[in-house]
Amino acid sequence: MCRIGSIKSNKYIHPSLTLKLMRSQQKGHDNSGFAIVMQDLGGIFENYKDLPILSMAVTDEGMKYAEDLLHKKGFVRVFQYNMEVNPDINLDIQPMPNYIFEVFQYPKNYKNASRNEKENLLLDCRLKLRKLLEENNEGYVYSFYEDIISLKEIGNPNDIGKYFNLRDESVNIKAKILTVQCRQNTNYDIVRYAAHPFFLQGYTTLTNGENTFFEKNKLIQQNLFKGYIGFESDSQCFLYTLHYMHKILKWPLKYYKHILTPLPYEEIQKRPDKNVLERIRTTLANFEINGPNTTIGVLPDGTMINVIDSKKLRPTVVAKGNYNENDMVIITSEVTGVNEILPNRDINNDIYTNERETIVVDNDLNIERIKQ
Amino acid sequence: MNNVNSINITDLPWIIEYDSEKCMLCGKCCAVCSFNAIKVDVQKRKKVRAISNEEGFSIDSDQKAIPVIKQVVNETNFCRGCGMCTKVCPNGAIKAVRNNTESFGTRYRAKSAQSVKRGGRSNLHTEGRTLDKIKIGRISQMTDPSLDALRHTFDVRTNLGRVVPADKLKFEVVNGELKEIKNIQMPVNTSIYPIIISDMSIGALSPRMWEAIAIAVAYLNEVKGIPIRMCTGEGGIPEKLLRSKYLKYMILQIASGHFGWNRIINSMPYMQTNPAGILIKIGQGAKPGDGGLLMAEKNVRLIQEIRGVPKADLLSPPNHQGLYSIEESVQKMFLSMNCAFKFKVPVAVKVAASSTSVSVYNNLLRDPYNIVGGFFLDGLQGGTGAAHEISLNHTGHPITSKLRDCYLSAVKQGKQGQIPIFAGGGIGMNGNLAADTFKMICLGANGVFIGKLILQIAGCIGNDFGKCNACNTGKCPIGITTQNSKLTKRLDIDTVSQNIVNYICAADVELKKLLAPIGNSTLPIGRSDALICVDKNVANRLEIPYAC
Repeated sequence: MCRIGSIKSNKYIHPSLTLKLMRSQQKGHDNSGFAIVMQDLGGIFENYKDLPILSMAVTDEGMKYAEDLLHKKGFVRVFQYNMEVNPDINLDIQPMPNYIFEVFQYPKNYKNASRNEKENLLLDCRLKLRKLLEENNEGYVYSFYEDIISLKEIGNPNDIGKYFNLRDESVNIKAKILTVQCRQNTNYDIVRYAAHPFFLQGYTTLTNGENTFFEKNKLIQQNLFKGYIGFESDSQCFLYTLHYMHKILKWPLKYYKHILTPLPYEEIQKRPDKNVLERIRTTLANFEINGPNTTIGVLPDGTMINVIDSKKLRPTVVAKGNYNENDMVIITSEVTGVNEILPNRDINNDIYTNERETIVVDNDLNIERIKQ
Repeated sequence: MNNVNSINITDLPWIIEYDSEKCMLCGKCCAVCSFNAIKVDVQKRKKVRAISNEEGFSIDSDQKAIPVIKQVVNETNFCRGCGMCTKVCPNGAIKAVRNNTESFGTRYRAKSAQSVKRGGRSNLHTEGRTLDKIKIGRISQMTDPSLDALRHTFDVRTNLGRVVPADKLKFEVVNGELKEIKNIQMPVNTSIYPIIISDMSIGALSPRMWEAIAIAVAYLNEVKGIPIRMCTGEGGIPEKLLRSKYLKYMILQIASGHFGWNRIINSMPYMQTNPAGILIKIGQGAKPGDGGLLMAEKNVRLIQEIRGVPKADLLSPPNHQGLYSIEESVQKMFLSMNCAFKFKVPVAVKVAASSTSVSVYNNLLRDPYNIVGGFFLDGLQGGTGAAHEISLNHTGHPITSKLRDCYLSAVKQGKQGQIPIFAGGGIGMNGNLAADTFKMICLGANGVFIGKLILQIAGCIGNDFGKCNACNTGKCPIGITTQNSKLTKRLDIDTVSQNIVNYICAADVELKKLLAPIGNSTLPIGRSDALICVDKNVANRLEIPYAC
């Protein structure tokens, strides 16, 4: 089972915290990878809040592809950060030559462009670059969006941490929202794109478990939106459903749960909103997941959410506390991880998300439990 | 020597084996035979003996006339092999044995200049049974937990009615809640059980048989909580039912003869509830391109009254008159039926599976008015009450690949599920309805419809190897497909209803026994990754994994 976790803090925190969160949750031979998405960035990226950042792991040739493509579109690079690495033959990692975060200025003709137009441009560029890199086997592009960086690698999470100096707090990369996963989705091929967190236009999700309706989800999603691609992992479907429901349909967040795990028919009949719920269940039947799963999600505005499947077979814990004078909420697979970071919290306030609720953590770290 | 040219006993499809030594001449076999295929006769017996005496020997003979049961040999009262005589014989003195010379059809045509007609389904068995080559092979083992079929709750439901894409739903957000926009009606959609009892008319069936199904359906809904629906078949239904609350479990059929609709329309002002759906029948899988056929023998007074017709052979046209294209059918038939029930009843269409099915389905998916509420696709292994044998044996299209083609065609357009597909034609043919239903659902069906199986549950003794298959004659020995009052009394309504209820309850348990190991609590419509196939060609054709 993938160990997943997210930390939402009121101040910028260092990604080393994610390793601390994950270490005690590691079980058996869960050593196939590590991935992290950081949102609402501090440190060296703090001054570039409104600019898109390209996150990729590529060869030298791959770097050139990206540069050529984006320059041709009119993007101008304003900042570049290459991850410093510790090559060590004993580390269990399959590294790429370059790990790069590049900040760009939008093309001039996008100066007065709408938010949608800009997002569309970023997505188009990422998809084009991904295709180019894939075709030539020159690397991977994970995200191209404002105030977001992503890193994914195959190997032992501890070794990956060492390789990237992730424990070294002098590396000045910070964020207020960190989402992290150890162990890849090993039911399918172990490839970098199969590692969650998955990211699309400001939406991030991590999911563990087995989406038994993967095929149904995939077949409906692949035709819905150009960004719904890959499907290297059954967990990507959770991201696309969230994106579709929230960004495209513009439905309130609470309906995410109604789509993933609809109420049984008999229960719907007792509800005052039964017409709407019945219609959602029928119309979005191909988006149902039929678990067992846990999903942690982050929205573009920083809201963090958690839902689990209705058969309640994948646990998560939601905990609030203070770490080094940072208030934070952690959502993760097992409580041991939380205990590492927030040992002094009142554990009576921990929430073990139930099968019929959505946990919503707002930017003031208030936790709301929305009953389905 | 005219005899050598006439039908001979060895030409008949079934030959009676009779043992006069065991027979006690009770006459039950002749009384029970609805086809008059046996009769009491007298045979002359002569035994010649040689008796030894002093002179050597003398000849003696013993002649007697004994009563026997004799098979009738002609082209109308021939034995159908129904086995009723064996069933009633107290001494096991009589039985019908299949004669595989297959010369009867030739003789019959040569003698009568008529095509051979019968009931039942294809007896040729040229293609094998696809569904039996498919297994549910994706079992939850460590990747995710299997469910417990007895303890988990399962929502075994599908839907009937047009589904619009999510971005076309008429919702608005009010105070963080989705609300239906007032005064805008969305296409009607209903939640039902994935098994529908298919269209068998009063007329094709005896009123007692039809009533037994209707009672079972009502019981399953009201008492067992299984929301199963039945289709009335062409020919209308009793007025009392039209005006009762149980109409909500009935899918009314309109076929090319429009039989019974006068009564339905006249009852509309008095209906307490809407019917479960309307099914426009274009074709039938067992005899595609052929209309309904109700022989005058079965068109008795009651049927005449329900249908509003005189005593005559009722031959529905092969197509709805005045209908020339798919678009036109949507505009005329779908729209008028939708209007009749104020767009509150799903209107579906039933077509025979054919090489053209995907085109039809694609075209319906483009229906701009969103009024096509279901696509019933009927394969060639379906049954029928009466048809020309040539249609039964030589026309039609297997259902499985056609269902899959239609589903995958919708997937290609991102429109899967928008018009629910119900597949029929041989579903439950091997006796296991749940397995067939489950596999069809995984291949993309929203549900299935069954006809012949229900008759079998009721006691039909026919099979797909030429046994009985005499539904067309009006002489059904069980009382299922006859209007002869003596024969219909053989059918016990309560027992038949009970058996249908029991069978569906058993199938419901079995469906859950299939849902549980793949870890699903709702129907895996289109989840073909749950299937494997042991035949490579079938696997390739259906785009499911091959396993051996």
